[in-house]
Amino acid sequence: MEILKPAMAGTLESSDAQVTVEPGNGKIELSLESSVMNQYGRQIRQTVLETLDRLGVTSANVTMVDKGALDCTIKARVECAVMRSCGKSEASIPWGGMIK
Amino acid sequence: MINKVGRDIPDYLLKNGKEVYQGKNYMDGKYIQKAAPKTRRYEKPQESKIAESIVKALKDCGAKSGMTFSFHHHLRDGDFVVNMVMKAAIEELGLDNLTIAATSLGSAHDPIADYIEQGKVVGIQTSGIRGRMGEVVSAGKLPTPAIIRSHGGRPRAIEGGEVHIDIAFIAAPTSDCVGNCRGIGGKSNCGSLGYAMSDAKYADHVVVITDCLVDFPNMPASVEAIDVDAVVVVDSIGNPKKIASAAARISQNPRDLMMAENVAKVIASTPYFKEGFSFQTGVGGPSLAANLFLEKYMDERNIKMGWAIGGICGPMVELLKKGKVGKVIDVQDFDLDAVNSINQTPNHFEMSASQYANPANKGAFVNKLDFVVLAALEIDTGFNVNVLTGSDGVLRGAPGGHPDTAAGSKCCIIVTPLVRGRMATVCEHVVTVTTPGDCVDVLVTDYGIAVNPLRPDLIKCLDDAGIKHVTIEELKEKAYSLVGRPDDLEWEDKVVAVLEARDGTILDVVRKIKPYHV
Repeated sequence: MEILKPAMAGTLESSDAQVTVEPGNGKIELSLESSVMNQYGRQIRQTVLETLDRLGVTSANVTMVDKGALDCTIKARVECAVMRSCGKSEASIPWGGMIK
Repeated sequence: MINKVGRDIPDYLLKNGKEVYQGKNYMDGKYIQKAAPKTRRYEKPQESKIAESIVKALKDCGAKSGMTFSFHHHLRDGDFVVNMVMKAAIEELGLDNLTIAATSLGSAHDPIADYIEQGKVVGIQTSGIRGRMGEVVSAGKLPTPAIIRSHGGRPRAIEGGEVHIDIAFIAAPTSDCVGNCRGIGGKSNCGSLGYAMSDAKYADHVVVITDCLVDFPNMPASVEAIDVDAVVVVDSIGNPKKIASAAARISQNPRDLMMAENVAKVIASTPYFKEGFSFQTGVGGPSLAANLFLEKYMDERNIKMGWAIGGICGPMVELLKKGKVGKVIDVQDFDLDAVNSINQTPNHFEMSASQYANPANKGAFVNKLDFVVLAALEIDTGFNVNVLTGSDGVLRGAPGGHPDTAAGSKCCIIVTPLVRGRMATVCEHVVTVTTPGDCVDVLVTDYGIAVNPLRPDLIKCLDDAGIKHVTIEELKEKAYSLVGRPDDLEWEDKVVAVLEARDGTILDVVRKIKPYHV
């Protein structure tokens, strides 16, 4: 999936995460801030990268501000931001395919 | 050296007879040599001890660089006194190399963080440390580690001469012109002055700071003129809104209420729940709500509480007024109902921190306590509790009376949600051990109850009462299944804080955290 325009998903509420994706330069650039950085930073990074990989995103600047979201929330916010960035959020979301 | 709770204590801290934690009641029966202060004689009759300013009082008391100043925390997050004294000492008198020995410090004291960064304040001894001060100490900005003690450990250390207070500052809601202080009758009322009492008795010099001068004699005095060198009258010692909340309200959160109900059930299942039982509870949501459910069981069985101690708030005063508790003995007040009740409501008394919780005196109240209900930031599978460091390794809490009441009571119940946001409260290893597991008996969470295997008698009580319980390992696994297993924190070697057990041995150390960056 190709990131066509900047898009955002999620909030800064406790237990949520806000994700911004922007078109990249041929690779994934991730900037991560988290209220649980020391204990879960590595896992959050892993989850974001795996989700992008599953969506076939290979070029993007991704910014995530995490407020202690669970993995399922992080995945959903990344998926939503990516879908919005390539205009798929209104229709044709690949339920059961890339979105599990 | 590895101590009884499995923590590695660096050998260089074990000097001058300092030992590592050896388990509960290790110091029992040993002797302590009390250290007397050197105090000035005031033989000549004097009309008044009022000094025109804090600077004048500091000069009169011979304040100089390198001294230890003590403070108490009854004004809580509304306190102005620590900041105004340190400002006068450092910015007006030009002192440095100072140590602050406080009963607790909070975010009201953020400005002190600057003095630490400037190297003016070089030592911190306290129970609580939060806000910016917690951050700068965690970042290793003090030349020597902060020393963290419980509310009982502090008077022990003062009386035994481990902390020598050069000047004690008493934040007094009312004082007369010679320094008889009370916590009520003024505009910044805080009720009990219990934590200030040992300071006043053991400091070389004592300065009272008040914003309400009253006629002599201000009786009954919590801190007495016989111990006071100077009285300074200022515009305001604190922000009343932050000193005591209007009234501690009992939580309406159904999760808190469910846990509170289970706490009461556990209490009612034990043999200690009988006429005249004694009780302490924290003021956190579920701990406070336990009062409500306990009252129901007391009515059902037609029994009354003999006495309650602790930090006191409205719901306990309410029970006293209804005649459902015999006596309330009070070291600190949390809301206006409690502030307005102490020494007013019959059988509502004040006590000192030493009387409350000191393990080295001959009979602290905690030692006769049946039940205590406490919260936790973290509790591990060894029932060790952390109430000092966040799960990210940064100082942001206070042992307070937690270790003292847990050790003294017959049944210590920890009540806490299983997870907070993404943090597992029940975990494999707490970041810092503040209350050792051998003092903790029952854990009540929103996902189940666990009993410490050291207490087969309590396990039987719960079984007989049909209260379901699981192992603490099961609760930990449940927590990790919800939030994921956290990575181990990474630390540098540098010790930023030493945590003393209540008996003075070293229970744990806090090292400088290595933050993770992406």
